[in-house]
Amino acid sequence: MMAAADIARPLANRARWGVLETVFWAAAIGTLFLAPSRHLILTQVAVLGLFALSLDLILGYAGILSLGHAAFFGLGAYTAGLLAAHAVTTEPLLGLVAAGAIAAVFGLLTSVLILRGSDLTRLMVTLGVALMLRELANKLDWLTGGADGLQGIVMPPLLGVFPFDIAGHVAYAYSLAVLFIMFLLARRLVNSPFGLSLRAIKANRLRCAAIGIAVDRRLIAIYTIAAGYAGIAGALLTQTTQFASLDVLGFERSADVLLVLILGGPGYLYGGLIGALVLTLVQDGLINLTARYWQFWIGLALVIIVLGGDPVRRLGASLGRAARRLSATRGSAQMVESRREAGR
Amino acid sequence: MLTILFDGIAYGMLLFILGCGLAVTLGLMNFINLAHGAFAMAGGYIAVWLVNRLGVAFLAALPLTFLFSAALGVIVERSLYVHVYRKSHLQQVLFTIGLVFMSVAAVDFLMGSEQQFIQLPEAFKGQFNLMGVGIGRYRLLIIAICGALTLILQFVLTATRFGSRLRAAVDDARVAQGLGINVGWVFAVTFAVGSGLAGLGGALGTELLGLDPAFPLKYLIYFLIVVAVGGTSSITGPFLAALLLGIADVAGKYYIPSVGAFVIYTIMVVVLIARPHGLFGRVTAR
Repeated sequence: MMAAADIARPLANRARWGVLETVFWAAAIGTLFLAPSRHLILTQVAVLGLFALSLDLILGYAGILSLGHAAFFGLGAYTAGLLAAHAVTTEPLLGLVAAGAIAAVFGLLTSVLILRGSDLTRLMVTLGVALMLRELANKLDWLTGGADGLQGIVMPPLLGVFPFDIAGHVAYAYSLAVLFIMFLLARRLVNSPFGLSLRAIKANRLRCAAIGIAVDRRLIAIYTIAAGYAGIAGALLTQTTQFASLDVLGFERSADVLLVLILGGPGYLYGGLIGALVLTLVQDGLINLTARYWQFWIGLALVIIVLGGDPVRRLGASLGRAARRLSATRGSAQMVESRREAGR
Repeated sequence: MLTILFDGIAYGMLLFILGCGLAVTLGLMNFINLAHGAFAMAGGYIAVWLVNRLGVAFLAALPLTFLFSAALGVIVERSLYVHVYRKSHLQQVLFTIGLVFMSVAAVDFLMGSEQQFIQLPEAFKGQFNLMGVGIGRYRLLIIAICGALTLILQFVLTATRFGSRLRAAVDDARVAQGLGINVGWVFAVTFAVGSGLAGLGGALGTELLGLDPAFPLKYLIYFLIVVAVGGTSSITGPFLAALLLGIADVAGKYYIPSVGAFVIYTIMVVVLIARPHGLFGRVTAR
């Protein structure tokens, strides 16, 4: 049997920061100062990236196929919006936490639905749950504004100090900070023994149950966490745009985030972020040409990805591998070093 | 009361014709085809085009629609879908969602985003009274056509050689292949018929369900419910499920409009939790 220390070392190696990762985040922070004119769109990237990160936790790590992840995103969006519109809290951060918590509770409640059945069952149940929420938000128009969307949201200054400006500088800094913190937490999570067991469950669920991993409990845990992440992403969207409408719960949003994640590649956390960046920038570039038929190109991208595999994902995956190899060689060099020490 | 029941049955039968192809493809190839509604939409638009622009008689347009959708199904199946059968469910989902998005945008581009109306012959308009029950002529037509088709399907499936091959392939495709049944061919034929029926349903449903480019997304969940609740191992399962769904939806919208579509989503989720293989399905060994 493997001792805890034998698991701890590879995990620690894997958790070490690679060069590319550092570069990635340095570049992200650099955009704060170097690209002030692009902050509005970069805020969108950060929100979408966080949402895709949330999906990555369940799809890329635990292998749960969901067509209704927008349920949690929308729940968070409406929670944050309602809290602000009725001036329940005057602090955006509190709204963010509340939205994440409510989405997580809803995730916990609906997680029993994804434990049973096949991929198809899960697909339909998650889709059904999202549609139920959308219908609910539509019918409760005295609360949510129905099809007109939730209006009259005025965001108080962040931390009581930084008011949200029209050019979106504060909003972007805020979104990026939230994304980075949530990313760090996710990174810690997937590099823990818990994260390792999720990968094992994805690879072979039956065998995991046989060697004593509590499969159901772990799936419930990760589903709840991912729901909270999605809720926070939704809250960020509402807070930065000061608006929430029914399409935050729509099927298209669930499908979009799936595309984003697949584009970037699931299972190494950066996939969602890279996919969000690529998709948003391409969309921004093409929107003037074909705003109305944008969906067609999304569809075509999905078809091509499935039929031919995609360059972005391969590039991302090989970058991820290179990063891991870099840190792995460093790790093994250190191990050789320490053995030499021990031999003396 | 009875009128609602009647409307519900017409609606349910329509849903069955629209969705039965999906049940077979899912059962036979274990293939998640979310783009099924796109074939129905294609049928609907072709019917509108035939009747309104070319002046083809409504009843004559229906078989043409069937043939067109079936041909479209064969082309798409042989050229695109065959590459996806062996891929994972995730990839199948992505692929077919992609096709849905493309079809929605393409129809929007070609035909415009507004709702389409089909010119019905005068004989099918309005309703008449039968022992105090208001019966819509068009709905009666739908029940007649869909009922006849259901009987034919049931006959083909249970009493012909092709039907028994199909059932064998659904039960266990590998063993069927080993016994000399050309499963790929059986599947292509079935897919064509399923797409054709979906197209026919789309044409018939223009009047009842409405027809606009968002059709495949709007009714996707209904098709999935028919399959999920009915199971994929027979056509009586989806048939009963479609009838139940139709009646529940019409009654729900009539009696408790404030809750609306909420009812059917709840029913679906509850059924799927209680019986993951469907209300009328049976657990297969796979």
